[in-house]
Amino acid sequence: MMAGVIFIFSAAALLQFFISYCRSLIAASSKQALSAEVKDVTGIQRIASGDDFQRVMQLLQLCPERPEDRNSVQAIGAYFRLLNFLRSTVAKFVPSMQDWTESERGHCAYFAAVALERRISFSRDMLAQQMDA
Amino acid sequence: MEIVLGPYEYVVWLACTLLEIAVLVCAFKKDALRRYILLNVYMAASVLVSIARYNILSHYGFTSKEYLYFYYYSDSLLTIALYFALVSLYSHIFADLKAERYIRLGTVLLLSGTALFSYAVVQQFSSKLVTHFVVELSQNLYFVGLVLTYILWAAVLKMRETRTRLIQLVLSMGVYFSLFAANFALQNLYQSRGAFFEVLTPLFGCFLPLSWAYTFWQVPEEARTVPSQLAVVPR
Repeated sequence: MMAGVIFIFSAAALLQFFISYCRSLIAASSKQALSAEVKDVTGIQRIASGDDFQRVMQLLQLCPERPEDRNSVQAIGAYFRLLNFLRSTVAKFVPSMQDWTESERGHCAYFAAVALERRISFSRDMLAQQMDA
Repeated sequence: MEIVLGPYEYVVWLACTLLEIAVLVCAFKKDALRRYILLNVYMAASVLVSIARYNILSHYGFTSKEYLYFYYYSDSLLTIALYFALVSLYSHIFADLKAERYIRLGTVLLLSGTALFSYAVVQQFSSKLVTHFVVELSQNLYFVGLVLTYILWAAVLKMRETRTRLIQLVLSMGVYFSLFAANFALQNLYQSRGAFFEVLTPLFGCFLPLSWAYTFWQVPEEARTVPSQLAVVPR
């Protein structure tokens, strides 16, 4: 009984902290403007849509990984899956939740686009270093 | 049959220790070593304890009394260090209110209260008083840390704290404590599958150094975030 109470309480707290943590990761990237090149590649002009996420992630996987952003990209991927789950379950009965999950999914796609931008410049730096060597 | 650690435990252990070192390096490189001194002291202590545990393990073995005693005593010290690291985040959040003195007083009172409570629990039915006291104190202090983190997050939202680095440090503490609490509860609920949850425990231990290293490296001290946007329930 006590273990059950602790579990429910801690799982709810974990969800709260996890969502807030992911949003804090997204918030840090949302202020960064995308270059014209990345806008062209991803098709994201100003506001990203949740439907862009998978495409941007596929592009992201084509670039060499940056060790610094590997975990944050994974965390956002998990957050995106959680949002999809909420969208297909709870949001069907709560209309305001539909808008919220859609906007969050868009933020996830924008985060992925910013990560893509960083990986492209990382790849360019590596290439330049190789050329110099 | 002697219990030995497998490759998985060693890999996670090594990864965790490397991440703890990474936190110190990132903090040093990004000028956060002194600003978040107690967080870094906790990480430095974790690194030292990891190395010492490995030494004792390789000399005496996993099931030896030496390792067992060292494990629980060092765990208790680390929990106290984590408690002070958490309290230092309170000092950062409440710095503008000049509440440093009250936070220090509250910290000592809460720690003493937890120690007294732990003593009261173990002295009734324990022959190995000190050892059981150390284990009980460690567990209770973890619980106090969990509650304090939730209160701190509420304070961050209430006071509209905007420092992104501080917010991420508090949130990572929240995720870390909640992961352990959920794992502990699941272990008790499904005791037959205890081995599975025991596998997860060291993995969860890597989360805190990982998120702190990320925060120190990626988030500059000047970065600002509107915390109301982070809350699950809009404020």
